[in-house]
Amino acid sequence: MELIEKANQEALSRMLSADPVLIDVVPASTAIPELKEKMILHAGPPIDWADMCGPMQGAIAGIAVFEGWASDLKDAAAKAATGVFDFHPNHHFDAVGPMTGMTTISQPLMVVENRTYKNKAYCALNEGLGKVMRFGGNDESVLARLGWLRDSFGPAVGKALRSGDGIPLKHLVARGLTMGDEMHQRNVACSGLLLRELAPALARTADDNEELAKALAFIGSNDQFFLNVAMAMGKSIMDPVRNIEGSSVVTAMCRNGTDFGIRVSGTGDTWFTAPVEMPEGLYFPGFSEDDANPDMGDSTIVETIGLGGFAMGASPAVAGFVGAGAASEAGNFTRTMSEIATGENPEWTIPSMDYLGVPTGIDIRLVLESGLAPTINTGIAHKEPGVGQVGAGVVRAPMKCFEQALVAFAESVGVK
Amino acid sequence: MKRPLARVSMRFTELTMQNNSVAKLLSEPVNVINVGLEGFAAELKQQDVAVTHVDWSPPAGGDPKIADLLSKLGT
Repeated sequence: MELIEKANQEALSRMLSADPVLIDVVPASTAIPELKEKMILHAGPPIDWADMCGPMQGAIAGIAVFEGWASDLKDAAAKAATGVFDFHPNHHFDAVGPMTGMTTISQPLMVVENRTYKNKAYCALNEGLGKVMRFGGNDESVLARLGWLRDSFGPAVGKALRSGDGIPLKHLVARGLTMGDEMHQRNVACSGLLLRELAPALARTADDNEELAKALAFIGSNDQFFLNVAMAMGKSIMDPVRNIEGSSVVTAMCRNGTDFGIRVSGTGDTWFTAPVEMPEGLYFPGFSEDDANPDMGDSTIVETIGLGGFAMGASPAVAGFVGAGAASEAGNFTRTMSEIATGENPEWTIPSMDYLGVPTGIDIRLVLESGLAPTINTGIAHKEPGVGQVGAGVVRAPMKCFEQALVAFAESVGVK
Repeated sequence: MKRPLARVSMRFTELTMQNNSVAKLLSEPVNVINVGLEGFAAELKQQDVAVTHVDWSPPAGGDPKIADLLSKLGT
């Protein structure tokens, strides 16, 4: 249908013409004025407390204690079960969050501005590795780190960013792809490149040398620091693609540990959901698939813009890390995802694949016709709250989401 | 990698035209294109028959309602 082809070209054009720039770090209450006391934003499509998985409930209990809304984890869980807290998806507030994706009023959020379309998107700072809230961690060490991010690190990075004109992300990602990152499970290059951009401004604006050193070491020691930047970037790129009449391009994919949800441009902000699948991957020593929680997080916004599993060919090391096969097979994932994409991104290319552009603009029609579900590279959380990450793997978006979306999309263009 | 069925059937038609009878086809060495179920290709390979396997499954896993919508929506 001509209407659909034109609408999808418009969607692709908006994605490719985006100009995402990291401009600030601000408290969530500043970034999202609608956020109130006892309001908790989470990853994935809407979900009630009773349906949440272990890590999600663990993170919610932890963030409630952190915000002073509960005396301890038990009190927090009891309050959550009786409806004291108000739960909403990050996606409903221009935001995204990795894994459990906790966003509350005092959290520092990175701000990415899409300068082409003048919209902003937000994501919390990456907490680092080990026991962290995004994987359901909620003990004192986790809350202490969140306090430092809120009181010291976040304000320092915000001040540094405001002292300049922001950090353009498009070229940074392009360089990262040539250095072996796919921006979901491997962010080593981009984290380093970001640190190079940020360090002079951090040094120039720092009040305390010791805190400066701690901030630089924190970024430098966290290979996944850039993931949250890439996520805010992804959200800033995809939001202007929403609500294009007749477009069958996916504008969001996310999961809450229970359900996987997608949104499609032509059907507006409706969620199409299905039970989330288990990742297949490799486990850290001492853990196995018996410990794993189903797939979780808003980080699939990275695949929605053509990175992560779609850019696996750029990152042979990731194929091994997530248990997706030999390094020589990494390119097959990218080639396969090309079959469900509207086009390629000529600015984000993969040198080892003769500078093939990453597959861009997932078309629900192509997904269903080919039977090829989007491939997602993901971290694996322990199914019990408070334990943390136990591995990394690959997971497929459930076909049921796309089937529901197609029926609604067909109706939206008058096809029955 | 999956390929559109149209391309597969075009090749099949060409082959059929070149070999205008089943008898003639089977009197010569057989080159097989196997579409869909991989087990058939594996069996032929075991018997040293040249076979090219094409990974294919019906649109929408064979769901007629989705397939009907796809045909109307085009790709």
